[in-house]
Amino acid sequence: MLKKENATLATDIPIKPKIKHSKKKINLAAIWTISPVTIWLLLFLFIPLFFILVVSVMSRGTYGGIEYTFTLENYARFFEPLYLRIIVVSIAMAAATTLICVVFGYPFAYIIAQSPAKYRTLLLLLVIVPFWTNSLIRTYAWIVLLRTEGVINTILLKIGLIAEPLTLLYNSGATLIGFVYTLFPFAVLPLYASIEKLDRTFLEASSDLGGRPWQTFLNVTLPLTFPGVVAASLLVFIPTLGLFFISDLMGGAKTMIIGNLIKNQFLTARDWPFGSAASIILMVLTLMMILFYLKVSGGKTDDTELL
Amino acid sequence: MKARKGFRLILVLLILASFIMSGCGSEATTDSSDEKVLNVFNWAEYLPKKVIKDFEQETGIKVNYGTYSSNEEMFAKLNTGQGQYDLAVASLYYVDVLIKEGLVEEIDQGKIPNVKNIGEEFLGKDADPEDKYSVPYLWGEELIVMNTDLVDKKVTSIKDLLDPQFKNSLVILDDPRTVIGSALAVLGYSPNSTNEKEIEEAGKWLKKLKPNIKVFDSDNAKALLASGEVKGGIVYGAEASLAIRENKAIEKIYPKEFLSLWQDNFVIPKGAKHKENALKFIDYILRPEVSKEIVMDYPYANPNTEAVKLLPEDIRKEIDIPEEEAKRGTHMKDVGEATVIYDRIWAELKQ
Repeated sequence: MLKKENATLATDIPIKPKIKHSKKKINLAAIWTISPVTIWLLLFLFIPLFFILVVSVMSRGTYGGIEYTFTLENYARFFEPLYLRIIVVSIAMAAATTLICVVFGYPFAYIIAQSPAKYRTLLLLLVIVPFWTNSLIRTYAWIVLLRTEGVINTILLKIGLIAEPLTLLYNSGATLIGFVYTLFPFAVLPLYASIEKLDRTFLEASSDLGGRPWQTFLNVTLPLTFPGVVAASLLVFIPTLGLFFISDLMGGAKTMIIGNLIKNQFLTARDWPFGSAASIILMVLTLMMILFYLKVSGGKTDDTELL
Repeated sequence: MKARKGFRLILVLLILASFIMSGCGSEATTDSSDEKVLNVFNWAEYLPKKVIKDFEQETGIKVNYGTYSSNEEMFAKLNTGQGQYDLAVASLYYVDVLIKEGLVEEIDQGKIPNVKNIGEEFLGKDADPEDKYSVPYLWGEELIVMNTDLVDKKVTSIKDLLDPQFKNSLVILDDPRTVIGSALAVLGYSPNSTNEKEIEEAGKWLKKLKPNIKVFDSDNAKALLASGEVKGGIVYGAEASLAIRENKAIEKIYPKEFLSLWQDNFVIPKGAKHKENALKFIDYILRPEVSKEIVMDYPYANPNTEAVKLLPEDIRKEIDIPEEEAKRGTHMKDVGEATVIYDRIWAELKQ
C-alpha cells in the first residue's frame, strides 16, 4: 500500500515539471529545426528577391551599373511589340513542350502504374537515372545524334532511306526535342503518382455498369487523375520558360525565349534593371499559373503537397 | 498513406533532379592572411594548366583560377565583388570601361621587366594610352572562313555572305557588339556607331543575312566547321586555325570592308589583396618561353615578339595576321548607353 502510494506520489510529483520541461524542449526543438530554414529562406530567397524588385524599378547607368532613380520604364518596355512577341514565342514553345510531355507521359505513367509492384520501382528508376548526368552533357549527346554527320543521319544514309542528310539540328524542332527530353520525367512522375493511387474499384464499377474502356477512361480515370495532369503541366511549363541553354545549343541561338532575354540583360546588355523587371514578370506569370493549379485541385486531394 | 509516401519519394527525386539541372559556376577563394596566394580571373580555354603549375612550383604561390566566357560576365563580377580577384584579363574596350568606372588599380611597369618583350604597336592603345592600368596578353582577329570543299564561290567580303547558296549554312559569332559592328561597316558606317538610326539599319541588313545563318556560336565554331556542319561563317581567328588543323579545306578570308581586331590585356582589379603576386604572375607570363608555351596550346596571335621568335614555323604561320591587314583592322570601342540599342536590335534579329 505504502509502496503504491509512494509510487503514485513519485509519479505524481514529477509529472507537472516534466510536462513543463518537455514543453520547453519542444519549443526549443522547434526553434532549432525551423530557424535554419527560415534564415536560409530569408538570406537566399527573400532578400535577393527584394533586391531584384528594387533594381527592377531603377535606371541603367551609362556603363551598365544601377542608377538609383525610380522609373517604371523597365516594365513599360515589356509592352513593346518586340518583347511581347518574345513572351508569346516563349509561351507557345512551353505550351507545345507541355502538350507533348503530357500526351506521351500519360500512357507511360499509366503503364508503370499498372505493372507489377516489383517492377514499378525499377521502371521509375529508369525515368530518373538520366538525371544523374548533367543536363548540359545530355544536351550535347543530342547534338551528336542530330547533327549533319551525326548518328541518325549516318544510319539513315547507310540504309539508303535518305539520299541527302536531313537538317535535324539548329531549328525550332531541335529546340523542342531538347525541351521535351529534359522535362519528360517531370511530367511522368506526378502523373504516375496520381494514377497509382487511383482506386481500382471505381474502374470495376464503371465496367460493371456497362462502361466501355474509353468511356471509363474519359469519365472516371481522367477526371480522377486530373490534378496530376495539371501538376505535370506546371512542372514542365514553368522550367521550359527558363531553359535558355537548350535553345542556345540545339536551336543554334536563333530564337530568343524569355530565359535568353533575361540572361542577355545581365551578361551582354549590362541592363540589370530591365533584366530584373523581366524576371519579376516571369515570376508573376508563374505565380498566376500556380494559383490556377491550386484552384483546380483545391482541397480535393493532397496534391498540394507537391508544391 | 501509400499515396503520401509515393508523393514524398517523387518530391525528393524532383528536388534532386532540379539540383542536377542547375548549371555550372566558377569559384574563387580569397585568403588575405596567406601571402602566397593569387586569385586569377581569365577567359575559359585561354591559359594551359601546365603554365599555372610551373608558376606555382617556381614561386610557391598558390593560384586560384576562375574563368568566364564574356567580357560582360567578367565586368559584372568585378563590379559586384571587390577584392575577390587579384588579376583579370579584359578586352581593350572593357579596359576602357574598367578605367572609367575606377575598377582597376594602376600597374607599376617597373616591376614587370619582361614588358620589354611586348611589341610597341600593342602598347599605348586608345583604351589605356599611357599603359598605366594594363599589360597586353594575347590578341587576334575576327574573320570569314569558308570550307572550299563545299563552296565554289570566291568570297572576299562580308557582303558576299548574302548569297542564297549559303542558305542555312553559316556560323556567326554569338556576339551582338561585333556582329552588328560588322553590319555597320558593310553599310559604310563606323563599327562603333552610337547612332540609333544607323544601328537599326544594320539590324535590317542582318535580317537579310539571317536565312543563311544556321547557328550563332562563338566558342564551338571550330567543331561545326571541321565536321562540315556549316559551309563557313564569321569566327575568331584562333577558332579558324583550330578548324584548319582538323580540316585542310577550310580557308581564312580577311573581309574586304572591315576587319575587327581585339586585344586582351591584364588588369589588376581595385582592392586586389595580392597585388605583388599579380605583378609576379604577369612578369612570368611575359617570359618568352612561357608565352610561347601558351600559344602552342591556344593559337592566338601574340604581342610578345620575343615569344613569336621561339615558335615553330607552322604555328607562327598559323597565328600570323599579315601586317597590312592588321594595320587596317579596327578595335571595338565601348558604346556606353548605345549598348541597350545593340541589345534591342539583337533581340529583334533573334525572333
